[in-house]
Amino acid sequence: MGKIRNRAHLKEIAHQLAEERAGREVDIVVCCGPGCLARGSEKIADEFEKELKARKLDGKASVHLTRAGCHGLCEKAPVVTIEPMGFFYQTVTPEDVPDIVETTVIGRKPLTRLSYSENGKKEPVIKYSDISFYKGQTRIALRNVGRIDPLSIEDYLAAGGYDSFAKLLDENIEADTVIDVIEKSGLKGRGGGGFGTGRKWRSCKRATGDTRYVICNGDEGDPGAFMDRAIMEGDPHSVIEGILIGGYALETSHGYIYVRQEYPLAVKHLQKAIDDARSAGFLGKGILGSDFNFDIKIDRGGGAFVCGESSALMASIEGRVGEPRAKYIHSTDRGLFDKPTVLNNVETWNNVPMIIQKGADWFKSVGTERASGTKAFCLTGNINNTGLVEVPMGTSLRSIIFELGGGVPSGEFKAVQTGGPSGGCVPASLLDLPVDFDALTEAGAMMGSGGMIVMDDSTCMVDISKYFLKFLIDESCGKCVPCREGLRQMYYILCDITEGKGKPGDLDRITALGEAIIEGSLCALGKSGPNPVISTMKYFDEEYNAHISEKRCPGKICRPLITYRVNDKCTGCVVCQRVCPEDCIAGVKKEVFVIDEDACTRCGSCLAVCKFDAIDIFS
Amino acid sequence: MVEFTIDGRKYKADKGEVILAVARRHGIFIPTLCFHDALEGWGACRMCMVEITKPSWDGWSKLVTACLFPVEQDLIISTTSERVTAVRKIVLDLLLARCPDSEVIRDFAAEYGVEETSFRPLDKKDNCILCGLCVRLCEMQGTSAIATINRGVEKMVDTPFNDPNPDCIGCLVCARNCPTGTIDFEETSRTRKIWGGSFDLNHCTVCGKAHITVSQAYFYAMKSGLPVEYYEECDECRRKETAKKFSDLLVES
Repeated sequence: MGKIRNRAHLKEIAHQLAEERAGREVDIVVCCGPGCLARGSEKIADEFEKELKARKLDGKASVHLTRAGCHGLCEKAPVVTIEPMGFFYQTVTPEDVPDIVETTVIGRKPLTRLSYSENGKKEPVIKYSDISFYKGQTRIALRNVGRIDPLSIEDYLAAGGYDSFAKLLDENIEADTVIDVIEKSGLKGRGGGGFGTGRKWRSCKRATGDTRYVICNGDEGDPGAFMDRAIMEGDPHSVIEGILIGGYALETSHGYIYVRQEYPLAVKHLQKAIDDARSAGFLGKGILGSDFNFDIKIDRGGGAFVCGESSALMASIEGRVGEPRAKYIHSTDRGLFDKPTVLNNVETWNNVPMIIQKGADWFKSVGTERASGTKAFCLTGNINNTGLVEVPMGTSLRSIIFELGGGVPSGEFKAVQTGGPSGGCVPASLLDLPVDFDALTEAGAMMGSGGMIVMDDSTCMVDISKYFLKFLIDESCGKCVPCREGLRQMYYILCDITEGKGKPGDLDRITALGEAIIEGSLCALGKSGPNPVISTMKYFDEEYNAHISEKRCPGKICRPLITYRVNDKCTGCVVCQRVCPEDCIAGVKKEVFVIDEDACTRCGSCLAVCKFDAIDIFS
Repeated sequence: MVEFTIDGRKYKADKGEVILAVARRHGIFIPTLCFHDALEGWGACRMCMVEITKPSWDGWSKLVTACLFPVEQDLIISTTSERVTAVRKIVLDLLLARCPDSEVIRDFAAEYGVEETSFRPLDKKDNCILCGLCVRLCEMQGTSAIATINRGVEKMVDTPFNDPNPDCIGCLVCARNCPTGTIDFEETSRTRKIWGGSFDLNHCTVCGKAHITVSQAYFYAMKSGLPVEYYEECDECRRKETAKKFSDLLVES
């Protein structure tokens, strides 16, 4: 392709590439997102390659195979879609490949046995655009994810990529005008804080100093969250273009992308994208024939959750211990290497080119008054459609979980945890809450980066808050006393409660300690650390009380508070007796067995093997 | 210059100066555990938290660490408000659960009415409160022989890989500044042992007292550009010598 000289040249190339793609009659898009890869989508793509070759279809312009990023519906991984028809095939195996090639690639017909069917219904839904999981979505951040080949800059250019940035240079738009547009669009930080992006850029621009930095925070660490991963792996150029625009607006030439160590594929794709962008003339010196210089360096994290916190992240890039500092002086004044710095999340950066392209008013028209645009969420936990979705701000939790997510597979919906480990649990009574920064914060949860863990009635809320607290204890940097020592002591109290050693007054102690931790901690990790406990205490206090005063676990999870008993469905098949590690199940063959409740450790081995539903849990 | 109030009295200071510095200059006591005059504020111990507000804040106030928060025009600072005391009390209560044997922490806690911790005493008692003074002072002087390792509840101060660190000069800046006196060292008339390393002591060529380690002398000589022999004499003797020179001069004239 060579270096692109200017916008006209870019348009010419993009047009040519788009034409080429329009000529594809069948594009087999194999999802190579994290979920599908784990279930062997790589093999499926290889199989397609072989099959196309065997049938001499591989050289044809009309047939194409694309290894794309995450398509979204991870529950049905591995997913294969057929464009431009929009056919959707789920849980595909390598053995299905010849059939797909025969029926769809050659015959141009859908292979209905691999089609999706809605919850509880039989008839197949042929196109993904008709599946309710996809129907309710508005894709801005995920516009290209799952559609294009992330390793191909040509695919990104064909989709109109880099034109927003080229427009700035071509029309000689003033840097401050770019900031105006971002500010007017109402874009807020997608990492969870929800701080106005334009405002942040403006204060950095106003800060004194000749060098500035722009950083992309790709240290996504919340359990159950993979939105940023999907974007970095599936559409890396969109992030780069966003950062480029940021660099242009802030008149700097230094950009960093900080990616967590655990995302090697994201690093690989981003690096390839940076190299390709440099070869094409979007990065480096004299970009697109102008006098604008900019380059991006990838910095990998060392595996600490706290390094997602802006000041700890900057310390990590500087090569110091990844610990937060007090932010009484904002990083827009003194950030990386003590220079004015703008740090935004992956999804925020990736929204920027769209806003430049379509304008602030367009962006404002999506979402709500208080929060414009969309937000990507990851649905995980007890939900039918585990996966990645993007909805306009203000969509209700109910519609995300029940319409897109398809509800809970068994039992009743109990709560949804939003905002990562230090977010909060929102109960069923608040399901109609519109999802935006303020509404979730008011409910005691937070937007966070977009993880949504759905829980059904087999969940114990005390146990779950203990789990999140443990996560935070493990990930606390240990610098300040309230977070390091306070969260640990709060955990001890919760352990006592779940072990049946809870005392009256424990909840008051948690509340007082929680307030001190929130009030006294240095950074947001500590300040929001007690959230999972405080929010579950607020909405599920009866469950806490059952543990403390009745020594009972309503969710039947906390082992010291439950007992296993054999009911009369038992056929005396002896299977449970054989697996019991404590050797505490006794009985005569073909008669009802008995569990020695004192010796039983409630490990669940018997429950897992019993075919007759003969073991009950009591609490 | 900005004007502000601390505990009801008006003060003035340069913009950018932190609350703690101004308070100390005017004799207002704010407790600290991780602060040292030679270092910038760190904000780890949370003892120096003060409550701040402004007339324009509509009654809203917040807690900040005095060692890091720069004074601003019209700031109203309270160093002993109820909110401040409550946080300090819990912080000390938490520290007492970690280091019940530390006299410093015990006394400090007692001042806030905490005689025994209300939390679960840790299985592994540790008098180190992780204030980081040792690490930061070591870094400041240019040796960086120790650092905090691990994170969170597992965090501790150590040399890399728990091996004797050749960068350590056995100067004791860590041990002497530890607020709880937790850093152990041994000393005989000839050697000093700390952080797994053994250091020969320099004996003053005048009084014969062991004053610094040989490694220290070489490190200081490298830093200052003076010959290493300069450090063979102890500070006290050198002072006496200089004083004598001056007095001789005076007598002569």
